[in-house]
Order: sequence, then structure tokens, then C-alpha cells
Amino acid sequence: MNWTKKDLLGITELSKEEILFVLDTADSFKEVSQRDIKKVPTLRGKTVITLFYEPSTRTRTSFEIAAKRLSADTINISASTSSYVKGETLRDTAKNLEAMNPDVTIIRHSMPGAPHMLARIVDSSIINGGDGAHEHPTQALLDLFTMREKKGTLDGLKIVIVGDIIHSRVARSNIFALRHFDSEIVCCGPPTMIPPHIEELGVTVEYNLKKAIRNADVIMMLRIQKERGGVTYIPSIKEYSTFFGLSRDLVTNAKKNVIIMHPGPMNRGVEIMDDVADGPYSVILEQVENGVAVRMAVLYLLLGREA
Amino acid sequence: MKNKVLLDKKAVERTINRIAHEIIEKNKGVEELRLIGIRTRGVHLAQRIKQTIEGIEHISLPLGVLDITMYRDDVFKLKSPELKKTDIPFDVNNITAILVDDVMQTGRTTRAAIDAIMDLGRPKRIQLAVLVDRGDRELPIHPDYAGIIHSANPEEDVMVRLSEVDGKDEVIVVAS
Amino acid sequence: MSILIKKGRVIDPKSGLDGVIDIFVNGNRIEKIDTHIRKTGSDIHVIDASGQIVAPGLIDTHAHLREPGYEWKETIRTGTMAAVKGGFTSVVCMANTNPVNDNKSVTDYIIQKARTDASCRVFPCGAITKGLKGEELSEIGELYEAGIVAISDDGKSVKNSALLVKALEYSQLFGIPVISHCEDEDLSKGYVHEGKASVLSGLDAIPAIAEELIVSRDIALANYANAPIHLTHVSSGGSADIIQHAKKSFKKITCDTCPHYFSLTDEATLGFDTNTKVNPPLRGKEDVEAMKEGLRNNTIDIIATDHAPHEGTSKDVEFDIASFGISGIETAFALSLALVGEGVITLHELLRKFTVNPARLLRLPYGQIAPGAIADIIIFNPDVEWKVDRNSFLSKGKNTPFHGWKLKGKNLLTIVDGRIVYRDKSFKG
Repeated sequence: MNWTKKDLLGITELSKEEILFVLDTADSFKEVSQRDIKKVPTLRGKTVITLFYEPSTRTRTSFEIAAKRLSADTINISASTSSYVKGETLRDTAKNLEAMNPDVTIIRHSMPGAPHMLARIVDSSIINGGDGAHEHPTQALLDLFTMREKKGTLDGLKIVIVGDIIHSRVARSNIFALRHFDSEIVCCGPPTMIPPHIEELGVTVEYNLKKAIRNADVIMMLRIQKERGGVTYIPSIKEYSTFFGLSRDLVTNAKKNVIIMHPGPMNRGVEIMDDVADGPYSVILEQVENGVAVRMAVLYLLLGREA
Repeated sequence: MKNKVLLDKKAVERTINRIAHEIIEKNKGVEELRLIGIRTRGVHLAQRIKQTIEGIEHISLPLGVLDITMYRDDVFKLKSPELKKTDIPFDVNNITAILVDDVMQTGRTTRAAIDAIMDLGRPKRIQLAVLVDRGDRELPIHPDYAGIIHSANPEEDVMVRLSEVDGKDEVIVVAS
Repeated sequence: MSILIKKGRVIDPKSGLDGVIDIFVNGNRIEKIDTHIRKTGSDIHVIDASGQIVAPGLIDTHAHLREPGYEWKETIRTGTMAAVKGGFTSVVCMANTNPVNDNKSVTDYIIQKARTDASCRVFPCGAITKGLKGEELSEIGELYEAGIVAISDDGKSVKNSALLVKALEYSQLFGIPVISHCEDEDLSKGYVHEGKASVLSGLDAIPAIAEELIVSRDIALANYANAPIHLTHVSSGGSADIIQHAKKSFKKITCDTCPHYFSLTDEATLGFDTNTKVNPPLRGKEDVEAMKEGLRNNTIDIIATDHAPHEGTSKDVEFDIASFGISGIETAFALSLALVGEGVITLHELLRKFTVNPARLLRLPYGQIAPGAIADIIIFNPDVEWKVDRNSFLSKGKNTPFHGWKLKGKNLLTIVDGRIVYRDKSFKG
């Protein structure tokens, strides 16, 4: 299998083979992260820029570690410290960065389509680190990697995604990726947070959390925000937690070997209780570890693509 | 367009046998030895050498598998960037690592393999065993054990075929 | 100066005329329509229209000419140059200029500017409320005397129902229509149509109900006030249903749709091309079919362009913050001719929606070809294929989602007030 894509803008653009190729490649890189010398010279001399218009420690750090473990040089730019504050457009920022010859730029932005716009403007590779509510492809890839590692397969599973689905790029990317496989995807959350027409993507909707997670193999909890853009979607955090917070005894409704996932950062006590976050079913920390491996794989494949 | 056979099945077997004996002799025993096969055919050769040595010395010899793609100096010119896993189930520190590969030519693969092992630890020494040395070095690296030495022309390809991968055992020269 | 148009197939929807016949224009009026008109004289310009169709000049009831205040996006000069290229001889320009056209001096300015700069007729539409704020009525009478042909707060809906009723009642004193932009702004906090495409793109979405709710309300208020109302840029099937049903009992409703609502679906937004960002948004397949059906069964009376030119920098940004709008006046007619090709509507009916019906709504003495009528005429070929190239637009606004499209049907020549104001390079007649 050959990798030909210049950018990773979303799961939408990937075929099933390409998704599996990333996962298989990530396997080799995971091993690097577990050794004493967590470095290989593969991307030596390459420049990786992270351009984050939205705050994020987790994703940015993960990309930075991934790049450094491949011996690349990294530069971090965050919107608050950059000329963005002075009114520079995305296009101008991109062109300026391009003049410094980066090999790959990872962009996180609050608006859907920003990475796509960037990819049209610049010649270097673009990785979407999250664009508004649209996609977060490396998150979905590391989620699938984790599921596959724990369950041995991505087919025949019941996967439940819980939370603010309508605003979640993590939910979208995961749904797009899982559609290639033979698993049941259930979306659970308050009706105000489930987009109408989502069933057209092949997922089932269930508002009752206990019902939704019955016999689940995977439960993915999403972070909750009470308000977005001045519109209330739920009356209060407390109410959300009562009906959609995952507690230990609720988990007993799932399969015995269920895994609990969360893209982070967690609102402990809101969507996920301590005894679940730290409990035996949680793979949340492994997701973080896998994130570095998956991002190493993505960097490796993009920069080594067939010209 | 005929392929020239350098080693047939019997000859391959004898050569591997000889290499195994040489390894034991040069190292005066096998206690500190660890075999590391370089993917892909080096792994099968290492497996065969391992079995032969174990048959002689009656001692279990650990085997490691090394994928050197990440260390190659031409990694981004490869036709396929596919990675295979490196799996070294022993401590690399203070051992005598015997790298095993099928064909040695420029020496670059060996350089990559040495770098890879050094990132895993500090062996006491590293030795190299190859089934075929076809000359044409681009780096000052030499095998400690060579099955056969054959100076091939630039238009020729020396190929090792092993039954585990290719269905038969032989070493042939092919016009490339 | 006189013009003799020979051997064209003349179609006049108002009278039903359809035949190969000559037209003689003298001064600014059509003097004679007859077969084989013979005229000699050095000051007679002869146009050979054989193989082409001759029709009344098109009337656009909804365009944004951006002057005064936004001249970098468009001016009356460039907007009307684009209009006549597109086959339009009259354009109604909306009031959301800067300053807003809510008083006589802005209306005067536009009319004066049009006198010197415009290639076609420009009819200002006045604002319903002062500053488009939705709080107080503009001095509609004063605006009427200054020359407005309609009132509209287009860009927004009049949120205060009581105020809209007052506008509907008051405007009847002057006999001018109220043109309503139907949008519930609390429901429309988004950038694309709410549908499967918005689930895929993650863009904040506008449900069709945001339009349908106000369509319903405005019809009810007009009915209550027993006043005519014109609903502009109708885009959803639901709206068409409401209007069709309401028209059965209340006859004073008219409405228009725009070519992008029957040529594109919301799937066009999946690539985040900001040229597809428009308000109301591009909708689903069922809505596109409903617009076509509405045009076919006369629920929809008029096709307007909602020409919304924008400068590159306001569109060349992230989708969320890009300006809404399509620069559509140069592609509108060709996109509409496709409906004839598809069998949705006859050519006569299509032309009616661009000529007779707008003229009736605005009470303008244009939109027909008849002896004695003002000579606003176009010559077009419905079969010529051409490729849309935004860089060759005469409008300053290059924001079109149709760039690269192959369209069939092209306007070749435009005559306004008896003078040729546009001739396509390819037209040799």
C-alpha cells in the first residue's frame, strides 16, 4: 500500500485501506515510545509547525512529542501570541509561514474548513488538528487504534458515543471512520445535542443512557459545555450530569469487558465520574499514549508520500 | 534471459551450516550471543542459523527481529513506506549481537541496522553475517561472516530465495 | 437614432406574440412590429437577429448595487454593466446601503448617480424601517415621492409584527409593494442549511423553519391588513407549500426565488467553498425540486437575482466569517433557461417571470414588446454554450459558485430606452 495524500484534512478523505495503513504503521511507532531511547532519525531535518487558533495542551503536546521522537524540529504558534490578534488573515499567516519552508503544519481552528482553505493555499502538508465541529482525524485514528488494540477488531462491536454530538468533531470523525467497519454505532445525548439527520449516516440514536450502553463494547464519553454561542442546549450542568453522566453502576449494563474512552480533557463529576475515569475499564490514558504513536505514523506517511 | 544459479538448495543448506559453525568458533561459545535478523529474509536466515547452533550447542538462543525502515538514509525514496514491527525480546546491553541479512551490497542497510540497535542499548559487540556479499560498497563496513562472495555487475541483481518466503531455496543472479 | 431588428423570433409573453418578425425602434420607443419592415437611411442601425430570440428586457426585482457606501464591492456603474450583460434592462436596488436608503437624500443620490452612470434603469427600493433597525417606519411617503418603487428591509426581517402591519397598511396609500425578507433571526444562527450536509460538515446550520415561520407570519399579517405582500428569495419547499395554500384564499401574495435555489443543493457546501455561502442557504434536493415545481405551477411568480457582490477579501476567509451572497446577475438568465431545457417550464412562462410579472408587481410600464412600448429589448440565443468565468465578470463581485460551469443560453444584445447598451463579442448580427 502506498500513501499518496499530501494532507490529512479529515477522515472523510480516507479510504478504509488508508485508515488501516495508518493504524498498522502506528503499531511500529508505539514500540519506539516504549524504549529507553524514544527517538528514531526518520524525520531528521524536517520542520513541523503547530498553528493553534484554539487552545489545546493535549493535542499540541502530542504532536510535538511525535515530531520530536521522529527527530524533526518543531515550532509552536498559538493565536493569542501571534499576529492573529493584530488582525492578520488566515491566508496571510499561511503565506508567511510557508515562506519559512515548513514540511508540515498542524492547524487547529474554531471554524470548519480552515485546514482545507490552508491546504489550497500552501504547498507543504497540512494536518487538521481540529476544525470547529467538523473533524479531528488524528483523534479518531487514535481512538480506532485503541479500540482495535483492546478488542482485536473493529467489526462486530457496539460503540456508544455520549455527549454533545452536534458540536463534536471527535464524534464526527469517529463516525466517519467507523462507517467503514461492521459495527453498531449509537449516539446518546440530550435531544438538543443530537443533530437531526444524523441517522442518515447509519447511526442509531438513543436518548436514555442506560438503554444506550446496554451490552456496549466501547463507550466514548464526550466533554460537555453548557452553552455555545449564547444558546442554551441544556438547562444546567447538574441536570446533564444526572441524566448523562457515566457512573460505575451504570457501566454494569455494558459488556463485562467494556472499554471507556474520553478524548479529554475530562470534566470529572460531570460527564464521567471519578470511579469510572480511574476504574479498570478506562483506557483514557492509553488513548493518550496511542495518540503519540498515531501522530508519528501520520507525520511519517505524509512526509514520505509518493511524490 | 537465463538466471545464473550461484547456490542451489543443497548449497544454501551447507553454507548456512558453515556460517553457524563459524559463529560458534569465532565467539568461542554462544552464552552472550543474540541473533538479530534484518527484515525480511534476514529473519528466516537467522532462524535457520539459530536452529543449527541450538542443534550443536544444545542451548536455547534468543532471536530478535529488526525492521530498519525508520533508520534508512533513503527512507523517503522507498517505493512503499510500509513498516513492519521490530521485536527484540531481550536486553541489548552487553551482548554480542549477530546481525543477519541475506545480501550485502552498499553497506547502508547494515549502517541503519547498527544505528537501530544502538538506540535500543549498548551491545558489547556487533557482528554481521550475510548469505551473499556482492561487493560494491559505498560505506566502509564488512561482514564478519559471508556465505559466498560474488562480485556482480551493476546490471545484475543477486537474489536470495528462501522457501519460507519464496517457496524454494536458492541464490541466483538476475539481469536487472 | 433608430434600430431595425430583423428576422428574430420575437416572443412577447404579455400578448402571446411568438413569431419571426421585424421590430423597428425609433427614438426610445418601438414604432412598428411587422414582417419585412423596409427602412432606409444612414441613421438606421440594422441588426440581423436571424436564429436568435428577441424578447422584452428582463426586470430584476432584487439586486444589491452597494452604492452609496460599499463602492469597493460594486457601484451603480459596474452593477448595471453586469446587469445588461445578463439581459436585464431594469434593476431594483435594495436599501441596505450605507447610509441606508431610508430618506429622500439617499434615494435622490441613487437616482442621480444612475442617470450618469447606469447602463440600465435603476429603481431604488426604500427601507421599511429607519436604518433597517426594525423600530420606526421610514418616511415612506417622502421616499415614494423621491422615486422608490417598493419598500423592504431586505437583509433582515421586520421582527416587530405590529410594525410590519403598519408598514403593510401605510404603503397602500402609495400603492407600492412591501417586499419581505423572511428569516427568524433567532432560529437562523448558522451558515448552511440544516440537513445531512450540515451533519457532515459540522457547520452551524439554519433550519428551513427559520424561513417558513416568517413566511407564514408575513402572509397572515398581510391577510389581516388586507395588503399585498411580496416574499423574496423563497428557498424552501415548506415555504412554497405555505404560499401555494395561502394563495387559494388570499390573492395578494406574490413571491420570487433565485437561480441558485433551483441550480444547487446544500451538497455544494461540503467543500467549504465560501462562494456557496448565501442567505437563505442552499437547500436540499427536495427543496430544489419544490422550487422548480413552484415555478411550474405559478406558486412562484418571479425569478430575481438577489445579486450580492462581495470583494475577494470578504469571501477568501474561513467559512464561518465569510460574507453571505452570490454575485448572480450575469448567470441568472442562463441558469433559468436550463429549466426550459429540462421541461420544467415553457420559454414563454420563463420570460413572463422575468418581465410581465415583475412589471406588474412594481407597476412599471416595461416588460413588453408592442407598438408604442418603450424599447427595452434583449436578443438572446437559447442554444449557445458558454463557460462561466468569474474573472470575466463585469461585476466587481467575482463571488460565484458557478465558476467553470458550462451553461446553455446566452444574452447577446441589450437595448435600453432605444439604445444598444451591451453587445456580446460573439454576436455578429
